[in-house]
Amino acid sequence: MGIEGIGARVARKEDKRFITGRGRYVEDMVVPGMKYGVFVRSPHAHAKIRSIDLSAAQEMPGVIGIYTGPELKADGIGNLICGWMIHSKDGSPMNMGQWSPLATDTVRYVGDAVAIVVAETRGQARDAADAVVVEYEELPAVTNVVEALKDGAPQLHPEAKGNLIFDWEIGDSSATDEALSQAVHITKMHIVNNRLVPNAMEPRAALGVYDMAEDHYTLWTTSQNPHVARLVISAFYNVAPENKLRVIAPDVGGGFGSKIFIYPEEVVCLWASRKSGVPVKWTADRTEAFLCDAHGRDHVTEVQMGFDADNRMVGLKVDTIANFGAYMSLFSSSVPTYLYATLLSGQYAIPAIHCNVRAVYTNTAPVDAYRGAGRPEATYLLERTVETAARELGVSPAELRRKNFVRTFPYQTPVIMNYDTGDYEASLNAAMQAAQWDTFPQRRDEARARGKLRGIGMSCYIEACGIAPSQAVGSLGAGVGLWESAEVRVNAVGTIEVLTGSHSHGQGHETTFAQLVAGRLGIPIEQVSIVHGDTDKVQMGMGTYGSRSGAVGMSALLKAMEKVEAKAKKIAAHQLEADENDIVIENGEVKVAGTDRTLPWAQVALAAYTAHNLPAGMEPGLKETAFYDPQNFTFPAGCYIAEVEIDPDTGKTEVVQFVAADDFGVIINPMIVEGQVHGGIAQGIGQALLEGCHYDATSGQLITASFMDYTMPRADDLPSFQISHQTTPCTTNPLGIKGCGEAGAIGSPPAIINAITDAIGNNNLTMPATPNVVWKLLHASV
Amino acid sequence: MAEITMVVNGRKVTQTVEDRTLLVHFLREHVGLTGTHVGCDTSQCGACVVHVDGKAVKSCTMLAAQASGTEVVTIEGLAKGDQLHPVQAAFKEHHGLQCGFCTPGMIMAAVDMINRHPEGLDEKTVRAELEGNICRCTGYHNIVKAILAASEAVSANRVVAA
Repeated sequence: MGIEGIGARVARKEDKRFITGRGRYVEDMVVPGMKYGVFVRSPHAHAKIRSIDLSAAQEMPGVIGIYTGPELKADGIGNLICGWMIHSKDGSPMNMGQWSPLATDTVRYVGDAVAIVVAETRGQARDAADAVVVEYEELPAVTNVVEALKDGAPQLHPEAKGNLIFDWEIGDSSATDEALSQAVHITKMHIVNNRLVPNAMEPRAALGVYDMAEDHYTLWTTSQNPHVARLVISAFYNVAPENKLRVIAPDVGGGFGSKIFIYPEEVVCLWASRKSGVPVKWTADRTEAFLCDAHGRDHVTEVQMGFDADNRMVGLKVDTIANFGAYMSLFSSSVPTYLYATLLSGQYAIPAIHCNVRAVYTNTAPVDAYRGAGRPEATYLLERTVETAARELGVSPAELRRKNFVRTFPYQTPVIMNYDTGDYEASLNAAMQAAQWDTFPQRRDEARARGKLRGIGMSCYIEACGIAPSQAVGSLGAGVGLWESAEVRVNAVGTIEVLTGSHSHGQGHETTFAQLVAGRLGIPIEQVSIVHGDTDKVQMGMGTYGSRSGAVGMSALLKAMEKVEAKAKKIAAHQLEADENDIVIENGEVKVAGTDRTLPWAQVALAAYTAHNLPAGMEPGLKETAFYDPQNFTFPAGCYIAEVEIDPDTGKTEVVQFVAADDFGVIINPMIVEGQVHGGIAQGIGQALLEGCHYDATSGQLITASFMDYTMPRADDLPSFQISHQTTPCTTNPLGIKGCGEAGAIGSPPAIINAITDAIGNNNLTMPATPNVVWKLLHASV
Repeated sequence: MAEITMVVNGRKVTQTVEDRTLLVHFLREHVGLTGTHVGCDTSQCGACVVHVDGKAVKSCTMLAAQASGTEVVTIEGLAKGDQLHPVQAAFKEHHGLQCGFCTPGMIMAAVDMINRHPEGLDEKTVRAELEGNICRCTGYHNIVKAILAASEAVSANRVVAA
């Protein structure tokens, strides 16, 4: 499609504003009369609120107003909800407790919002927040899911007896039990998927602006899906009807899932703006982000994988307990169910699979989607179990995987998913070649001579992206459809604005979406502008998460483009006195194929707007919209190989080589796709080696609540990555795109852990594999 | 309250601010230069790096009053008109940024790093020297690549200038 079309490494159009300091994030916004909001938060993990005394705080300099939960309730502001209904296996609906945006009588995690102070300056608001006196009656707290399910555990919500939100299952339990009873070998694993804090570099922020004259609200917010925010805030939180609420998500500094959800602060800033009569801006500090952003992962799982005498997988049984934190966040229930257990077949033909999931309340921050959302948890347990099985069976890990790969497509798994296409062996072969797998023993021996322990590990992942066919997810409990919309506005001079419901917070849509348009028409990419993130400009859209912008958002754009092109061809055919079926659009011209009869693109656009000479009955203008609803999920897959060296004296792991071989289907911009993989791998290595979110088990205090206590991956923790692509185009969307945003974070943790356990000869390893953890295992095995 | 005077991106600025005002808030809220970002509370992330009298400084760790009388350069002052600094150009060419939030601090730290290493840089040094800057998007791969490329470009310019 030309030098700027599909497949071209086009430098990003959006970069100039970011590299010159002209990005515009929510915290950068200033509106007339704007004041600052600071939240009073619970210092306790679980407590009754006995009283709130505002008298001293209200007298502090600069204070405009202080607002609490009971006032918010009195104004009819609704509770926060989870938008995905899950039914337990006994048929009962999930037990959702109440979550008021400001606590009314009970706080359930450290950081739970109790009041908001609005003041002239940020400092004054903070001072006054410190002067708010809340009298608490402390209650016992529980942070660990296993403890939370025990008799006598502290109870969080009356709606959820025993802290159990749901007890859900998928797959055929008896068939799986039968398969395992016939198995020649069963590999059993106890797997803990460590809790993570997303930590987008831009802390969340919200600016609520109430216009009394119009009875209208504007919310500037750090959101991955501003339209969903508007819908939910309007329909469920009763702040304002949708036509009286504009939501703008301008430049957003990373999301990784954590900015999908609607948080208390967004609702409260809108409400507080009306109460106080001034625009209210709140920006999280980093510790607030640690305390209050939705966390990720936090599963405890028992796995049994059965093999026959030929080392073929015969059955997989999985029992998972998932930590939901103190409240059910917007999409929390979908993560350890339909985004997790449906991927448990991995890349393998496993005839019988059963998974049981118990979702549990604890006195911790809410847990929801974080890069990969369920799929990393599924991949981690599968790929550690397969690797362990290979060691137990005495076969090579590559050959055991190869033997069990799905090889014919479409492939229906026992857990809902229908894989349309793939070539798992191609990625495995490419990764092994790039990693020089065959010569690893020499490198291991050489390392041993230097006193280092060297290990190699692989992981073959699959994920489901392109989320998702609306009817299918509706039948599974989703409260929304997961289509996407696009609008293509051709200006009279031929330049183009694309309005998309997808939202870019680092993914480069302003470039990739423009590449599709510029490539199809053969016009310079500078003539195509992408607009997103504003509900007043863009029609309803569903936002960006689950690696869906390419597969779903760009498919919508393609549909809109096809309509625009069809109309342009009709105009050109009329003016060139040709049959519209003979008209082609290429190199910026609309022409009769095989002739020199041609009109410049800009002239056709102008003709559409002058309307002096259009085909009879044609409406003026050149602007089309489209909604695209996917037919199926897409299934990116690949193979990752990590090589590590461990210093036995310190337990420190160095990742000396990391190879990724991915099948993302058709790629629009390889440079951007590689960047997505790099970032995902870094987050995965972070989970495997560095990042562990820890709550004190009795007090419920978050111990890792700053960058000094929670180890973010830094440049010197990581190697450069070797990346390749193997391509089988997706068969269920028109562009063949599968999606690439989450793969790195999904495939890398088990590769790293498998490499470390290979190096140290001890499989009893939990993430993060810090030097302390590894050193202890090394010394335990001496 | 304290009266603060400094030269920011070549322009003299005088403001009266609360004593506790940090340099980063002075730049963002009083001078209106929002390219310098706040990503943490503990001087770990480096999103706020600016140059004070030619040296990279985390502007969240310095009071505006301490910077009074200095010359400050922020990300907005790095390019010469439309001509990008070689580090800015390299970040774009090598896709060294995604969401852009850490980018101003990364670029200001990288300029300082290159200035301090006229002998040139290698990957290990760049990674070690990025200790004070956190990026969540890029995995650093392309940031390292961009800084190495910029370092070479700056060296080449130096040779030409000499």
